[in-house]
Amino acid sequence: MAEQALRKAPLGGFNGGSAAAHVSAAAPATRLSLRAAPDAVAALSKALGLDLPTRPKTSASAKGQHALWLGPDEWLLIDEQGADLAAVAAKSGVLHSAVDVSHRNTAILVAGPKAAQAIASASPHDLSASAFPVGACARTVLGKIEVVIYRAGEQEYRVECWRSFSPYAFGVLAEGAEDAAH
Amino acid sequence: MSGANRIAGAGRLTPARTARFTFDGKSYEALEGDTVASALLANGVHLVGRSFKYHRPRGILSAGAEEPNALIDVERDAARKQPNVRATVQEVFDGATISSQNRWPSLAFDVGGINNLLSPFFAAGFYYKTFMWPKAAWEKFYEPRIRAAAGLGVAPTQADTDHYTNRFAHCDVLVVGAGVAGLSAALAAAETGARVILCDEQPEVGGALHYDKSVKIDGQDGFAWAQATAARLAAMDNVTVLTRTTAFGYYAQNFVVLAERVTEHLARPDRKLPRERMWQVRAKRVVLATGAIERHMVFANNDRPGVMLASAARTYLNHFGVAVGKKVGVYTANDSAYEAAFDLHRAGVRIAAIVDNRAKPGEGVLAEARSLGIEVLTGHSVIDTKGHRRVNSMTIARNGGGGKRTIAIDALIMSAGWTPSVHLFSQSRGKVAYNAETGQFLPGTYAQDCLSVGACNGTNGLQATVEEALAAGELMARATGSKAGGKVEIRAENAFEWTGGMAGAAEGAGANDNVKAFIDFQNDVCAKDIRLAVREGMHSIEHIKRFTTNGMATDQGKLSNIHGLAIAAETLGRDIPKVGLTTFRAPYTPVTYGTIINHSRGELFDPTRKTPMHAWEEAHGAVFEDVGQWKRAWYYPRAGETMHEAVSRECKTVRDVAGVFDASTLGKIEVVGPDAAEFLNLMYTNAWDTLKPGRCRYGIMLREDGYVYDDGVVGRIAEDRFHVTTTTGGAPRVMNHMEDYLQTEFPHLKVWLTSTTEQWAVIAVQGPKAREIIAPLVEGIDISNEAFPHMSVREGKICGVPTRLFRMSFTGETGFEVNVPADYGQAVWEAIWARAEPMGACAYGTETMHVLRAEKGYIIVGQDTDGTVTPFDAGVGWAVSKKKTDFVGIRGLKRPDLVAEGRKQLVGLKTKDPTVVLEEGAHIVADPNQPIPMKMLGHVTSSYWSSNCGHSIALALVAGGQARMGQTLYVPMPDRTIAVEVTDMVFIDKEGARLNG
Repeated sequence: MAEQALRKAPLGGFNGGSAAAHVSAAAPATRLSLRAAPDAVAALSKALGLDLPTRPKTSASAKGQHALWLGPDEWLLIDEQGADLAAVAAKSGVLHSAVDVSHRNTAILVAGPKAAQAIASASPHDLSASAFPVGACARTVLGKIEVVIYRAGEQEYRVECWRSFSPYAFGVLAEGAEDAAH
Repeated sequence: MSGANRIAGAGRLTPARTARFTFDGKSYEALEGDTVASALLANGVHLVGRSFKYHRPRGILSAGAEEPNALIDVERDAARKQPNVRATVQEVFDGATISSQNRWPSLAFDVGGINNLLSPFFAAGFYYKTFMWPKAAWEKFYEPRIRAAAGLGVAPTQADTDHYTNRFAHCDVLVVGAGVAGLSAALAAAETGARVILCDEQPEVGGALHYDKSVKIDGQDGFAWAQATAARLAAMDNVTVLTRTTAFGYYAQNFVVLAERVTEHLARPDRKLPRERMWQVRAKRVVLATGAIERHMVFANNDRPGVMLASAARTYLNHFGVAVGKKVGVYTANDSAYEAAFDLHRAGVRIAAIVDNRAKPGEGVLAEARSLGIEVLTGHSVIDTKGHRRVNSMTIARNGGGGKRTIAIDALIMSAGWTPSVHLFSQSRGKVAYNAETGQFLPGTYAQDCLSVGACNGTNGLQATVEEALAAGELMARATGSKAGGKVEIRAENAFEWTGGMAGAAEGAGANDNVKAFIDFQNDVCAKDIRLAVREGMHSIEHIKRFTTNGMATDQGKLSNIHGLAIAAETLGRDIPKVGLTTFRAPYTPVTYGTIINHSRGELFDPTRKTPMHAWEEAHGAVFEDVGQWKRAWYYPRAGETMHEAVSRECKTVRDVAGVFDASTLGKIEVVGPDAAEFLNLMYTNAWDTLKPGRCRYGIMLREDGYVYDDGVVGRIAEDRFHVTTTTGGAPRVMNHMEDYLQTEFPHLKVWLTSTTEQWAVIAVQGPKAREIIAPLVEGIDISNEAFPHMSVREGKICGVPTRLFRMSFTGETGFEVNVPADYGQAVWEAIWARAEPMGACAYGTETMHVLRAEKGYIIVGQDTDGTVTPFDAGVGWAVSKKKTDFVGIRGLKRPDLVAEGRKQLVGLKTKDPTVVLEEGAHIVADPNQPIPMKMLGHVTSSYWSSNCGHSIALALVAGGQARMGQTLYVPMPDRTIAVEVTDMVFIDKEGARLNG
C-alpha cells in the first residue's frame, strides 16, 4: 500500500488583514450540501441533533456543527470536528440528497471590530446587527464571486467560497480589512 | 498675509497655517483650507483658463462644484496627474503643482485666441456644415485636426499609482447635502434612532452658511452651529457623517452612489489610504437637501476674468477672507446680490453701483443699500464690459434706452436668481414641475421613497426650510420603523428674505448676432447661438442642446440649462414648460475611473482559478493557457523545446507509454434522487435508465432547438446517484440549464442537483501503461480489464484517500480518471507521477489533449460545433435514443431544416501534402477556380500536426460531408490553394483495440 496522501488546503496559512479586521484561513471542516423536502425536515433534524432552520437567513448550531439555511429545500452543513455528515443524515431514513462538499468549499474567517465593514468592501449584503444578527447567514456575492456569509459572533464572520475562488476572496477581504482600519 | 487681497479679520481660515503651491510655474502662498480658486484670488490672479472654442481668457466664476471656467491640472508626480479639476473644489495642499489648460504657449498669450476673432465662422452648428466638402478631407484632414484641438486637459500617460476602495452601506435615511436643511433633517432622523448617513461634497458642512454670515441658529452663528451639529451627529452610533463626499448617482430602489475624496486635500497622504472611496448606499428613505445654484446674468462679454457670481464673491470674502476686487460692480435681477454687496462694503471694498435689471427690488435690501450709501440703479442693465485679462469697466444703460454710462471696476458680481438642484431627484426618475411664479423647476411627482427639502425644493425662508427639513427627517425615519426620541426644534433667523430672479437674456445680450453674451461658459455657447438653432429649425430642447452643445460640458449645464431653455422658449414663442428640460444623468459631477473600478484591478480584476495541482505544474515548467477564469497547463516544454516539439513529444509519449493530465476543471454535477435517471433521460439525448450502477456513458445535451449544447461522460454511482461531467467552459451554464428545467418543466421529479466541480481533483492517466502506473496505489477496486472495462466507475481508495475511479478515455488509449477530494489532489498526483516518470511517461497539457482526441475524432463542443450543429451533423447521432418519447430538443431535431439533405456535417480532412497543417477557420470549396465570391462548402474546425499519424489531421464542417468521403476539396488561402481529401473522423485505432486494452 502506498503512503497516505497528505491534505493541502487551498489557502494554506493565509493570514492577513488589519487591526480592524483580521482575515485568516479557517481550519478544514466537513461540509454537506443537504437537500430535502419540508416533510423530511423533522427526521433529518433528529438524526443530525439540531433543528434544521426553516426561515431565510437563519442557522442552527450544536457542538461545532452548523446548519445554514440556503433555500427552502437547501442547507449547508458544516462540522468543525470533521464528522461524516452524510452518514449521519442517512440515519434519518427519509428522502434527501446529501452531497459531500468538504473540499469544494473553503472558509475565510474575518474577525475584529470592523469585520463587517471589511466584508462590506465587496459585498452588498446588509451585515448590520439588526439585519444580520449573530447566527445569520446568506448566500450572496463578494466582488465577482458567490459566497456564503455566516455571522459566528458579534465581531466574527465566516465566509465560505469555492476553493479556486478563495485567493480572490482573500485578496478582496484583505483590502477591505485594510480600508476598514482607516 | 498670504495674498494681497486677503482681508485681516475676514474669513474662517487661520492666517498662521500656510501652504505653498505653484500655478503655471509661479509660486504662491495659500492658507490651509483654501481652494485653489480662493488662493489664486487672494494673490490677485483672476485669469486662470481659456475657453474651449474661442480660447477666451477666463476667470473664476463660482465657488463650488458648478464651476465651468476654472479647470486646472493638479499634479503630484507624473503618474498622479489629474486634468480638468475644478479650481473651486480642489483644496490647496503644500507643494501642489497646478497648471492651467487649453492654452499655448502660455495662459496670457494663447495662439488659439485667434478663434475669438474668427468666431463669425464658428457659429453654432458650424461643425455640422463647414467640414462637408470635399468629402474625403473629413477623414484625412478635418477630423484629425479637430481631434487635436478638442478636449481640455491632458490625460497622464503613466499608470495610476493611487488606490481606490469601495464600501457598500445600508441605512434607514440617507441625507444628501449638509446645509441648514440637510443638517436639520439628519438631526431629526437621527434622534429617532434610525441609521442615518449624511453626506456633503464640501470639506466642511454648512452649505450656504459658508457665505451667509447673517444667519443665527439657536442663538449661535450659523456656520458654528453647523459644525457643532455635524460633530454631534458624528458622535452618535447610528450616524455616519461624510464630508468631501459627492452623491453622484441615484439609481433604482434608493440605491445612491457617493464618491468620497479621502486624500485629495493632503500634502503627503498616507499611502495606505485610498485616494477616493466609493460608497454604494442602499437607503430605505432618502432626503435630498442639495440646495440651489446661483445663475449668472446673460449680457455682452459677461465672461471676462473678474466677472463672477455674487454668492461666490460672498463666499470668498466670508469664508476665505478674500476680496475679489477693490472696486466692484454688481449686476442683478435678484436680492441675494445685494447682501454680497453689503458684506463687501462692510469689509471695506468699494461698491461701484448695484445695477438691478428689475424696476422693483426687495424693499428691505433697497433700504439697506441706501442706508449704506450704495448707489442702486433699478431698471438698468449692464450692456457691455471691457478688459482683456481682467474686467476693467462696465457699460450700463437704462432698460428701454438712454442713461448709458461706463463705470470703472475691477470685478463684477452678478445674480440672476437661483436654480434648485433637482439633479438627483430627476435621476431618481422623479418628474419636475415648473413653478411659473418663481420661474423654477421643482420636484413634482416622486418615483422613489425620497423627499426634497429646502432650496432644492424651492422652499423660501430660513425658518420654513428648517421646519420642512425637520419634519421630513422625522417622517422618513419613522417610516422605517424608528421609534425613539421626540421632536427636535430649531430656531433660525437671517437678515433678508430674497425676491426676484430671471431666466434668459437681459437687455444687454442684444439681438445682434455678433454679441457674445455667454450662457454656457465652458462650451462657449451664447444667447445668439440658441436663437440661431431655433431659426435653423431646432424646436426640441434636446435638438437645441446638441446643435449648440449647450450644457454638454463637464459642468453639464448647471448654470446654463435654464438660461438656454428660457431663450429657446422666448424665440419659439412658447411657454417654458412646453419646451421642456433636458434629462439629468449621472454623474452629478465628474468621477474618476479609479473610484468606479476601485479594487477591481491587478490581481483582483477578475478571479484567477487554479486547480489543486497548479503549484506542481508550475514547478514542472508548464506553460498555462486561460480557459475562462481557469489557468490550465497547456504544455510542458523541456529545455530548448518549442511548443510544437513539446506537443509532438507529449502526444507520442502518451500513445507509446502513458501520460498524466490535470482534468480538474471539467464541470461536475451530482444528480441525486429516486428520479435521477428519469431526469437525465429528459436532459440528454441518451437513455440513462438502462445504465447500470458502476457504468458510464457519453451523453449529449441539446437545447430546445435541437442543437448540441454540451457533452460529457456521466457515471452512475448508485441507483439514485449520478456523477455528471460537463465541459470546462460549460459547467455553470449546464448547471443553470438543468436547474431551470428541473424547477420550471419537471418540478414533479424527486431529484436534486449539486455542483461538485471543485470537490474533486481529477487526474487522467492515459496510455498503454496507465493501469500499471496506478495499480499499486488503488485499494478496494479490481482494475483489471475484465472487472473494470472501458466506461466503468467504482468507489474505493487511492493512496489511502477516497476516490471515484473512472475507466474512461478522451485519448483513445486505455485510460483512468482518478477523482479524489480536492485537497488530496496534489499528493495523489505526486504519487502517480512518482510511478509514471520512471516508466517514461510524461505530464501533458491541454494542447496534447486536443491533438489526441482529434486523432480519435472526438469532438469538442464549442470548437467543432458552433450552436448550429445537431448530433447527426456532428457524427454522434448514435447517442440519440430512438426509443425515448421525450427529451429537451426532441422536437427541435424534427424541424424540416434540421433533417434536410446537404446540412453541414463533421468530417475528417487529410491534406494531399501530409506536411501541410490547415488553418482552423479556413474555408472549404469544391472548385478553387470558380469566380469570387466562391461558394463555401464549410470550414475547418480543428487542425493539428499528428506525430502519431505522421501527417496533419483536421476536422471540418462540410455541406453534405458524410456523402463526400474520398472526394478532393480545396482550401483557398491568400498565398496558395491546399487540396484535401474528405475522410472518416477517426485517424487512429479505428477498431478501438487500444481503448479496450
